[in-house]
Amino acid sequence: MARVVVDVMPKPEILDPQGQAVAGALPRLGFTGVTSVRQGKHFELEVDDSVDDETLAKIAEGFLANPVIEEWTVRRLP
Amino acid sequence: MKVGVITFPGTLDDVDAVRAARYADAEAVNLWHADEDLHGVDAVIVPGGFSYGDYLRCGAIARFAPVMSSVVDAAKGGMPVLGICNGFQILCEAGLLPGALVRNKKLHFVCRDQWLRVENNTTAWTTRYEAGAEILVPLKSGEGGYVADQSTLDELEGEGRVVFRYVGENPNGSRDDIAGICSANGRVVGLMPHPEHAIDALTGPSDDGLGMFLSLVDSLVNA
Repeated sequence: MARVVVDVMPKPEILDPQGQAVAGALPRLGFTGVTSVRQGKHFELEVDDSVDDETLAKIAEGFLANPVIEEWTVRRLP
Repeated sequence: MKVGVITFPGTLDDVDAVRAARYADAEAVNLWHADEDLHGVDAVIVPGGFSYGDYLRCGAIARFAPVMSSVVDAAKGGMPVLGICNGFQILCEAGLLPGALVRNKKLHFVCRDQWLRVENNTTAWTTRYEAGAEILVPLKSGEGGYVADQSTLDELEGEGRVVFRYVGENPNGSRDDIAGICSANGRVVGLMPHPEHAIDALTGPSDDGLGMFLSLVDSLVNA
């Protein structure tokens, strides 16, 4: 078994209204100096040893992320 | 002629879509998400709602439903398909239409009667309208912002594949005020607003939406 992390983020050119809302709230809460926030998704998968990197890439690109609007990364945790 | 209306777990607007098809004198056939068989339908409506709860992304899980494989195959063979709201999101996720739908720019769920301009009256679903006609139909969605990369937008505009555009204030931040688009052959149409809720002035803001279902029947008769 291994733990795999897939991070999915909106592409830079895609408007991220959720991240903007968080960024807008920070100064109101007294936190200054944060100039930008982008909000994405973080998936943690427990996979057995038969799942290879190619399959993980298919899961990430074909399902967990929509490549039209999102970028993704896959990493196996040690 | 038979018009299939798909129900996924979480679909809300299948009943109104069935009713709209019947108003246009088509025979409505209920299709179930787990069903691979399209039961001989001549067209399919993918209605609005929150398929499979819309967990992950709107429409992302529904695109893998057994019925959708059959719909994708049939659409590639020329069968007319209409995706409304969540159905539009599903058709984009399934690759039948380009681009994607994202959270509304102002983050609020929008629920209002919306004016649309008919930009393309040559699709299988819009021949009953005059080009440039303005119609009033309900819009109710939280993730209705249409996005695509610039080359896709240029292609859609260049080929006249923007079918509906929002009139007045853009309700959700859609690129180029796009409310609905079609496939290259004009058989697959997707839009965020709900024509099936505007087929009778008794229960909707207008009966402007009925034209889409009458157009389909015309297209099937003339096919």
